[in-house]
Amino acid sequence: MTVFGPIGFTAPWLLIALIALPILWLILRAIPPAPIRQRFPGVALLLGLQDDEAVSDRTPWWLLLLRMLAVAAMIIGLAGPVLNPETDAETGDGPMLIVMDGSWAGAAQWARQIEAVSDTLRRAGAAGREVALLHLAAPAPAVFQAANAISARLPGLTPAPWQPHSADEVNAMLPEGSFETVWFSDALDYPDRAPLLETLEARGPVRVTQTALDVLALTPAAYVDGAVQLTAIRAQPGPERGVTVLAQGRDPAGNATTLATANAVFTSGEMTATTALSLPAELRARVTRFEIQGARSAGSVTLVDDSLRRREVALIAGREGREGLELLSPLHYLERALEPTADLLSGALSEVLPANPDVIVLADVATLSEGEAENLTEWLDQGGLLLRFAGPRVAASDISRIDEDPLMPVRLRAGGRSVGGAMSWGSPKTLAAFREGSPFFGLDAPEDVAITAQVMAQPDPTLAERVIAELSDGTPLVTRKRLGQGQIVLFHVTANAEWSTLPLSGLFVEMLERLAVSSTSSAPEAGDLEGTIWTPQIVMDGFGSLRDAGAMPGVDGPSLVSDPTGPDLLPGVYLSGDRSLARNVLTADATLSPATWPARIPVSGLTIAPEQPLAGLLLAVAICLLLLDIVASLALSGRLTGGVRATRVSGIALAVILVLPAPHAHAQQDDQSQIAAASEVVLAHVITGDRQVDEIAEAGLRGLSDTLFFRTSIEPAPPIGVNLEADELAFFPILYWPITPDQPRPSREAYTKLNEYLRSGGLIVFDTRDGDIAGFGTTSGNGRKLQDLAAPLDIPALEPVPRDHVLTRTFYLLQDFPGRHVGADIWVEAAPPGAEQVEGMPFRNLNDGVTPVVIGGNDWAAAWAVTSSGQAMLPVGRGFGGERQRELAYRFGVNLVMHVLTGNYKSDQVHVPALLDRLGQ
Amino acid sequence: MITPLALREKAETQAARLPALLARAEHLAGAVLLGDHGRRRAGLGDDFWQYRPAQIGDSRRMIDHRRSAMGDVQFVREREWQIAQSVMLWVDQGASMRFASSDNLTTKAERARVLGLACAILLIRGGERVGLTGTQLPPRRGSAQILRLAEMFSQDDTQDYAPPEHRAMIPHARAVFVSDFMGDIEAVRTALTKAADRGVRGVLLHTLDPAEEAFPFRGRTVFESIGGTMEHETLKASDLKERYLDRLAARKAELRHLCAIAGWQYGLHHTDTSAQSGLLWLWRALDGGRARA
Repeated sequence: MTVFGPIGFTAPWLLIALIALPILWLILRAIPPAPIRQRFPGVALLLGLQDDEAVSDRTPWWLLLLRMLAVAAMIIGLAGPVLNPETDAETGDGPMLIVMDGSWAGAAQWARQIEAVSDTLRRAGAAGREVALLHLAAPAPAVFQAANAISARLPGLTPAPWQPHSADEVNAMLPEGSFETVWFSDALDYPDRAPLLETLEARGPVRVTQTALDVLALTPAAYVDGAVQLTAIRAQPGPERGVTVLAQGRDPAGNATTLATANAVFTSGEMTATTALSLPAELRARVTRFEIQGARSAGSVTLVDDSLRRREVALIAGREGREGLELLSPLHYLERALEPTADLLSGALSEVLPANPDVIVLADVATLSEGEAENLTEWLDQGGLLLRFAGPRVAASDISRIDEDPLMPVRLRAGGRSVGGAMSWGSPKTLAAFREGSPFFGLDAPEDVAITAQVMAQPDPTLAERVIAELSDGTPLVTRKRLGQGQIVLFHVTANAEWSTLPLSGLFVEMLERLAVSSTSSAPEAGDLEGTIWTPQIVMDGFGSLRDAGAMPGVDGPSLVSDPTGPDLLPGVYLSGDRSLARNVLTADATLSPATWPARIPVSGLTIAPEQPLAGLLLAVAICLLLLDIVASLALSGRLTGGVRATRVSGIALAVILVLPAPHAHAQQDDQSQIAAASEVVLAHVITGDRQVDEIAEAGLRGLSDTLFFRTSIEPAPPIGVNLEADELAFFPILYWPITPDQPRPSREAYTKLNEYLRSGGLIVFDTRDGDIAGFGTTSGNGRKLQDLAAPLDIPALEPVPRDHVLTRTFYLLQDFPGRHVGADIWVEAAPPGAEQVEGMPFRNLNDGVTPVVIGGNDWAAAWAVTSSGQAMLPVGRGFGGERQRELAYRFGVNLVMHVLTGNYKSDQVHVPALLDRLGQ
Repeated sequence: MITPLALREKAETQAARLPALLARAEHLAGAVLLGDHGRRRAGLGDDFWQYRPAQIGDSRRMIDHRRSAMGDVQFVREREWQIAQSVMLWVDQGASMRFASSDNLTTKAERARVLGLACAILLIRGGERVGLTGTQLPPRRGSAQILRLAEMFSQDDTQDYAPPEHRAMIPHARAVFVSDFMGDIEAVRTALTKAADRGVRGVLLHTLDPAEEAFPFRGRTVFESIGGTMEHETLKASDLKERYLDRLAARKAELRHLCAIAGWQYGLHHTDTSAQSGLLWLWRALDGGRARA
């Protein structure tokens, strides 16, 4: 392949043909265009006229240019041009090792990185090279294999939420021999990168591909001065850039949502951008993580633990109202200890309980009213922490003396004890080391904490397990009892310095922290977490998405804060007891440094320009140009200007396009017709498929509608033909169904619809139209067809119309019901067996309601049928007698529709004499 | 050899065209007011001319008693002298006439025939005798002649440029020549000379298609006559335009000159103008001839 700049040619020799273009130009210029044959009577006048020039009308230069371009495009297209051809220089030979940093820093560009790797693999595969892949963040022994095998593994690769480390481990996994290395870097520096580069360079040439985009990260959020401080950092000092930090959490309904946003701006050249987010305590407590909008990596997410949660602590003291003696106040030290990290509530117990504080501290409160105790117990059940301190009142009271008080962890001896005081022997007691299992385990018990007085726990079987801190002589100092989901903790000393120096020591604060009374305001030190085990609750992957930790093993407290994140320490939220701790990818003081490569290493961007054959495109262009040339030539030679035929053809084409039916037109029309049918009384007939019958049925119903309009108060809209399969029947009071021998049997769904129609009061008039030749029954083809059609219908027992049927008098008084034929019986729903003629009444009281079917064969529609101009369509009978028969047919139609619309109203009239009779007497 | 079947088919086609031509011509003719050519002198005729006092020699039957009763003098009612003219038509049936430059225009032949027939209808209604030059259809009166004329007009000539038919011209008759006069000018000259010799005066209606006046052709073109007997190829049709138009103008001037010599009238008609205007001009030209007569 020959390469010119970004374009290569597979068959460059064909380009020589371009030399022929100027020659072609001359030839094309010389050859006149084909003549037009023109019929013209004036030719007689032209005879003998000579052309001025020997040369013909020249092809215009632009047409020549068009043709030249077409030919040139064709030549170049056939020469096989390829955009971004693969050059041998990039391809190389021998085995190749692909090294990927694979850390969180590359997560935002992961898809492109994988694409670039895939492209490299494809090229290597095309060159038949063996490839090995080494994922530095999660290293596995690299083995040379076919590029295809590596490609198959690519989709499974994910960035790790940590930086690559331990160069030794990686060195052990490098394949044997020498190889070329392609290093896909995340553009972030890490300590082991330089040694690894040296190692790799020793084995062969190294190329680096890395993204040009800056790496953004978010350091853990801190709570400072009443606001959440958020700091975003970047790897390279660049131009001014703003980032949006989202506070993600759960809304009150528990759905994940963005609770707040803050904008941070990197000023030009700065590496950090800081913003503060001031949130109400309630909202702040619901924040689970902060993340940089649009940066999809673990580094741009910082999880939130207790440090942002400010616990609400209610402080209640027994002794109040001793003004001026602050240091003696039982709450003074608690306030000082809790103030920085907790929101303090004060007030009576009944007032603070509705606020649902996290912790209630009762300092030397002995007795509680029954109601208070009940409320407090309820609150404890829901997970409250009741922290009680002893004191003179507690010691003096009888609380928890004989029976254990529910709100006390232990029974107490009367009076308590004093040690090392002026009136007692011995020296003040010190603390014993905290035992394993105690929440305080791992804290140092300072020597200088002295306890001079305390309340004493009664020895109970449960005492041992409730003690969480004791004095050097083994007497309990802090006891704890679980109650429901909550717990009660009793310090057997006062909350002030009266009985002990404990509140004066730093241990006091640490103990409160361990009890989750307060939360640390800054990241805990390793030493603070000595002896604790933290189990992961939520962990984060390299993209910054969270998942449930499941049954992952717990982590030792100190290593949780001090160890770098890695396969054994995933960033996430860890729990220990009631405390939670977030381990983020970055620590608070972390900085990002860009990866710098020595000048000898070629570094390229992630953008890959895949090989793109242009031949097809160019040939298509050539064809388009030639088509254009056809049009232009026609236009030039005047064949296109003739115009008339062309415009006619195009007009026809346009018309065809326009006439193509719009697909939704039908549905819309359907709706329209339904609305029309529902808004007026409409007579309907079933479309049988026999065109003539359908036409007559429609014309018949039109005639009947007109008659109804003229003679009665029913004013029907023009009749509608009903397709049983598609149309809704509910709008039609009456359905005229002419029977033809070859009409299709309705589908199961249509029968369901018809039965529903019959049950809900519809009337179907079946007309076999053969009253002249057949009686009712199977004697005629139509009759048999009717039986076949009507079998699945829900039709009651039938009888010929009795002489006193309401159909005989709904509007006109009729005794027979002729259509175009006379005489055949018509059948309606049979009267109930018990119908008797009442004495003095002209009619029997027959069935209530409307007969669901009327079956006959008199071909009524034919008698009713009128043309659109209102003239009778078909002859009936002969002469005046025939017209009389038509009139009677109309009367039957009127009666029929009246019957459908008024039901047995005319039957009810039968009772009028009886009613009048009763009213009168 | 024409089979009877083909003859029948052709006849049917002709018959189908005939009423259309006739109807259009009738329609056209209806637009012009008619009358016998009054000679503007007393003589035989239907129209009243004047009352004059009875003179010696007038038979008594000639006295108009209604007028004479108004006074003592006896008057004779004189009628205008009316005389029928023989008008001979020649409508070019050559192939060159069957040309229309666009679908919207009628062919020259059709226009010429309509004009000729309409003129004939007018003349016949006016009581003149109308016929064709040549021996095929001598001038006759009566509306049956219209049908005969229409039938004659429906025949196409196969030659490209038909020369004017000048045989059997009745002396002192009138003649109407309708053609595009694209053919040999000598034939026209001969015809007109002969007509002038016999005292026949008439009208020359030069019928042209607008394309023949505009010559809207460009590029390499092969022009061929309608009949296909003549062909002229040019490499650059647009170059020919001026010279063609010059020749056309010369042809017109020549015709005009011939007419002037022979005492004929020359008229130019284009198929894109209405037939009505052509007919009116034709009628006026013939009428004018009468005025001089």
